[in-house]
Amino acid sequence: MKRSWNASVWVGLVVVFAGVASYPLIFIRYPVTRDFPWASLLIMALGLALLAVGISRAFRRPDAYRGKIFGSVLGVLAAAVAAFFCYGVFYATRQLPASHGAPQVGQLAPDFTLPDSTNRPVNLLGTLHSQFWPEGTEPVAVIGIPPISTPPPAAVVLIFYRGYW
Amino acid sequence: MRSFEKALPEFDSRKIRVIAISVDSPADSEKLRKSQGYTFPILSDSKDEVIRRWDLVHPHGGPDGIDIARPAEFLIDSSGKIRWVNLTEDLRVRARPQQVLDAFDAMSRAQASLR
Repeated sequence: MKRSWNASVWVGLVVVFAGVASYPLIFIRYPVTRDFPWASLLIMALGLALLAVGISRAFRRPDAYRGKIFGSVLGVLAAAVAAFFCYGVFYATRQLPASHGAPQVGQLAPDFTLPDSTNRPVNLLGTLHSQFWPEGTEPVAVIGIPPISTPPPAAVVLIFYRGYW
Repeated sequence: MRSFEKALPEFDSRKIRVIAISVDSPADSEKLRKSQGYTFPILSDSKDEVIRRWDLVHPHGGPDGIDIARPAEFLIDSSGKIRWVNLTEDLRVRARPQQVLDAFDAMSRAQASLR
């Protein structure tokens, strides 16, 4: 009797890989699936379940299903990939150094001046004291017409980020 | 940052300025703004002077082991005082715009009740 190729094993492997890839490619873009990677973990769990089904039937009915050896090898491979993913998201990205000296709530923000992406210097306190216009709506000064004025911003949000490289 | 760009109308309506900072050069930041459609300013701290002064350095966190900024978000009121901070322990997990907006709204309510 010709034995089945045991597709469950192969599909399971592909699904596990797809689960891992889905995180950097898709789910990292949305905070709901980024902060706790439940969507990617769910896909990987489905893949591992398929692999488990395939491997168990290869052992229970070796006359009908192939895969006692390659099923086990692929199963170990998939489990290792899943474990590496978990190491990445639950351990590696949490190795940030402590930041005890960062300005705290209630303190004055240390002032600074830095160039923006068009090399124009931007000063923090200066921004807080200058007029507020939504991004891209600053009026262009016209000679002879008194400039419109608006109150300064109510607050500034500073976002420090790792960079684009 | 993508989520902050999307929420920019919410920040505008409250007159909150959104400003980002990284160690990237102004040219790299401009490339990022163009490709991602970010309209808020991105400041360039290429010598990590401000990042160091604010104690937000992630040593060797960048490519080729360069020092970069760890993710962090600050809400600063009009007097220059820090009113809300988010120092994440996981570099994947950043502040969501709603957290900052909620902090701002709470701060405005507290000020209104003092008056």
